[in-house]
Amino acid sequence: MSAVKKGLVTFAAAVPEEGLKAALARPRSEVIAEVTASKLRGRGGAGFPTGVKWNLAAAATAPAKWVVCNADEGEPGTFKDRVILAEVPDLVLEGMTIAAWAIGAARGVLYLRGEYAYLRDSLEKVLARRREKGLLGTGILGSPLSFDVEIRMGSGAYVCGEETALIESLEGHRGEPRNRPPFPVDCGYRSEPTIVNNVETFACAAMVLAKGAEWFRGIGTEVSTGPKLFSVSGDCREPGVWEFPLGITIAGLLAAVGGEGAKAVQVGGASGRCVPASEFGRTLAFEGVPTGGSIIVFGPRRDMLHVAENFLEFFVDESCGQCTPCREGNAKLLEGVRMLREGRCSWAYLQELQKLGEVMQLASKCGLGQSSPNAFLSIVEHFRPEIMGRTAGGNA
Amino acid sequence: MSSRIERTASISRAPVSQRGHVVPVSADPEAIGGTVSVTIDGIEAKVPLGTTILDAARALGLKIPTLCHHPDLEVAGVCRICVVEVEGQRTLQAACAFPITSPIRVQTHTRKVRQARRRILDLMLSKHVGECYTCFRNLNCELQTLAKEYGVDFFRFGHEAARRHQVDDSSYSVRRDMDKCILCRRCVRTCIDLQEVGVLEAVGRSDGTRIATFLDKPLNDVVCINCGQCINRCPTAALGAMDPTDDVWIDINDPKKHVVIQTAPAPRAAIGECFGLPPGTPLTFEMNTAMKTIGFDRVFDTNFTADLTIIEEGTELLLRLHEALVQKKDVALPQFTSCSPGWVKYLEHFYPEMIPNLSTAKSPQQMFGALIKTFYAQKAGIDPASIVACALMPCSAKKYECNRPEMCDSGHKDVDYGLVTRELGQMFHEAGIDLPKMPKGSFDDPFGTATGSGVIFGATGGVMEAAIRTVVELVTGLKIEDVFAHADVLPVRGFDGVRYVELPIPAIGEVPDLLKMNKGLPFSDWKWLEGAVLKVAVCHGTANAKRVVEDIKAGGTFSKCHFIEFMACPGGCLGGGGMPIPTSPEIRAARAKAIYAEDASYEIRKAHENPAVIRLYQEFLTDGPCGEKSHHLLHTHYTPRGKYIA
Repeated sequence: MSAVKKGLVTFAAAVPEEGLKAALARPRSEVIAEVTASKLRGRGGAGFPTGVKWNLAAAATAPAKWVVCNADEGEPGTFKDRVILAEVPDLVLEGMTIAAWAIGAARGVLYLRGEYAYLRDSLEKVLARRREKGLLGTGILGSPLSFDVEIRMGSGAYVCGEETALIESLEGHRGEPRNRPPFPVDCGYRSEPTIVNNVETFACAAMVLAKGAEWFRGIGTEVSTGPKLFSVSGDCREPGVWEFPLGITIAGLLAAVGGEGAKAVQVGGASGRCVPASEFGRTLAFEGVPTGGSIIVFGPRRDMLHVAENFLEFFVDESCGQCTPCREGNAKLLEGVRMLREGRCSWAYLQELQKLGEVMQLASKCGLGQSSPNAFLSIVEHFRPEIMGRTAGGNA
Repeated sequence: MSSRIERTASISRAPVSQRGHVVPVSADPEAIGGTVSVTIDGIEAKVPLGTTILDAARALGLKIPTLCHHPDLEVAGVCRICVVEVEGQRTLQAACAFPITSPIRVQTHTRKVRQARRRILDLMLSKHVGECYTCFRNLNCELQTLAKEYGVDFFRFGHEAARRHQVDDSSYSVRRDMDKCILCRRCVRTCIDLQEVGVLEAVGRSDGTRIATFLDKPLNDVVCINCGQCINRCPTAALGAMDPTDDVWIDINDPKKHVVIQTAPAPRAAIGECFGLPPGTPLTFEMNTAMKTIGFDRVFDTNFTADLTIIEEGTELLLRLHEALVQKKDVALPQFTSCSPGWVKYLEHFYPEMIPNLSTAKSPQQMFGALIKTFYAQKAGIDPASIVACALMPCSAKKYECNRPEMCDSGHKDVDYGLVTRELGQMFHEAGIDLPKMPKGSFDDPFGTATGSGVIFGATGGVMEAAIRTVVELVTGLKIEDVFAHADVLPVRGFDGVRYVELPIPAIGEVPDLLKMNKGLPFSDWKWLEGAVLKVAVCHGTANAKRVVEDIKAGGTFSKCHFIEFMACPGGCLGGGGMPIPTSPEIRAARAKAIYAEDASYEIRKAHENPAVIRLYQEFLTDGPCGEKSHHLLHTHYTPRGKYIA
């Protein structure tokens, strides 16, 4: 049972290289079967089943394959990957090495968020130490596996957290998402099969191999298994990185972090959903409110329109500008929120903006545009009395 | 024998985000897994695995709107106007970019789809400055057409009235008006991938994204080659040609001016498109009457100087070959053609070290200009200063070429205005002329109606075919018809990006009188060419040109060539940046068909048999091909430009 505790709990207790040794002692197919049986789903936010992803990449025939760790932690309100990389970097690299064994890759890339450049030196040292210990390089731990990892720096674009934009960035292009299909597992970095997984996902995979799928399934719910790290910020007494089993209710989380009395919680960062107090009974899980781990607590005195404006300003900055709905749509939504704040937005136009948000969700090229209207739409849905009827100069 | 360099996805320079997909497809559609079934709007069909939803729908006769999609370009999937509903998918999918790899059911016009498309259009219109009736793309604009199809009756998200960008009219050829840009990025893919020039790229992010040149320099100060391929693929009026028609009208109306126009072959096969006729409807002689009707004093046929180019360039080639084979001098071979001004500028920018390989012969347009203001002025007794020489061209780079400072060998600006097909079509419309109904008229003397060899200059391979017809006859004394049936040099025709042909010289004859007019000729017989094998190549589009030049530099097959035809535009002149919009492989093929049909209809189809050309040498260029006078008037020099422009 995963702890309801501040900081890294499960990961900190990991026995070094236990998972890697277990993986290398088994055939690749069994390693993937173990991950699949654990029902581990991607920790970055989208929640794609990790075992399925690895299996697709393993099935692809190509002379070279790639394991990419997505450490471009850019979602507003998310900072748990930073803590993982600072405190248990070996566990992440262990997970990447296990993935390399599972899919048949010889090279890996850790794509590190530009703002995390200060972590680079210590990570390079970890890599050097692992090479010395035979945990990276040729014939890892006496097995036939050869694998090494290089660190590549992001340059600050949020969209590069989207896996195909990340790959474009790795290839030296503008960070812009690709058309999918084909998916990276078939045609990724340098047009070769590539798995891109979140930092926490790799750490979880290492734990799964060390302790078994059954142990992992014992934590969380039937659909959402395992422990989960949450980056908690906002109006609460104890912000920080917390570990909870998936399936905890929002109310339960708030009680633990000292956020009782909140008016709303933003689950999943800027691209996530704004959950009002009336729905605090919902669970944080893939079948409930899905999240990559960002929890922003809004106290009773927060202006929800200000919240929406803040998020939309972010997306207007960070849209890559490639596809029409996201490029122009976010700017229109932001303009609309400002009209609302000034009491200049009609009911009819608000409805147009809602429709626009839905179109962006449906027709944008990548996850950024598909999720950027979420916060706006949920705030309009749940806080209509609060956001309408403003006059120029503030609240009505 | 011919070989070709394939353009494959792996050498595409476009980022993968703006590229098609790599879906392994069985070459045999009968093979298991070679096809996949798809149901679109209830119609079931089997399509080859990996076919996009868009292509599958089109094959079924269903229309899905597109904007960023273009048949010549990689798939981008960015405008999102082509979204459709795919059963089982949470979001709408871009039909242009979705390869069918498993049986799927697709709906192309559900309420959800229509609402999304309408709003995407509204978003584009909110940033598209301008009103249709003041726009040169009015009634020929893909955005306008979509707005009509989707019944846009108000601007849902507003409509920008104030300009945000300055129009870039620094170039002689291409005009950029970014206020009309809807960021479909076709121009980027055209420049970076189709042409591999790379002048335009998207910069900035989000709603600040814009298409820009390097450091936002004006188009005149970057490596733009003026090919205008971006213009032909722009769905709106964001890119256009610099239009001189107002000035041309003023000169036409000036009684003191003698306004003449020369007309290139390619526009004849395309100008009908400006009047609703299908591509490849030749209107050569109707056009002659129409030009006279709107006020041009004389109408000349550029084919005349195309033939002259063949004589001059062919003689230059023979001289180079003699220097290399007999005099054992270090002479630049293969000789490159120089009639495509886009290609010339491309070489000056990207391969200045290869300039010695360029033929010094001017392009037909510039040869004509120099002759109009000398030979013609003399003959007609007109002061050359009062002559206005216009040129009807398929080509936006010709506008720039006539403004090159060295193009004044007549003592005046040799060609005053480069007009393109679209602009002449506009002038005809303005004058109320229904071109297809005009009676036929002929070209004016002293240049007459030329040969078929001049006409085929309009298609890729045409210059080479004309050169082969002439060089083979001049050297062997045989009739070309005895070597190639009907004088059709088929190996150099077609649309393969690069064609390589070896041509054994079957016999040698006498050096003809035409060449003997040049008293400085270093040879008096063809013995030195006995048993020689002429190696030639043809390539079109600068992306292909790049591969050929790189191959030459690396000492490959093409370095052994003697003569190579280069055209900057895909398809040659008939795909030029001044031709009617839209363009596609099918449209270009139809224009080519018309051009070759016109060639076949001529009685004289060889440059050296053109009586007007022979007369010119007898009366005016009396020291023969590549003689001193022709060097002064018909040849030029080039400028090493490099990629870095201060």
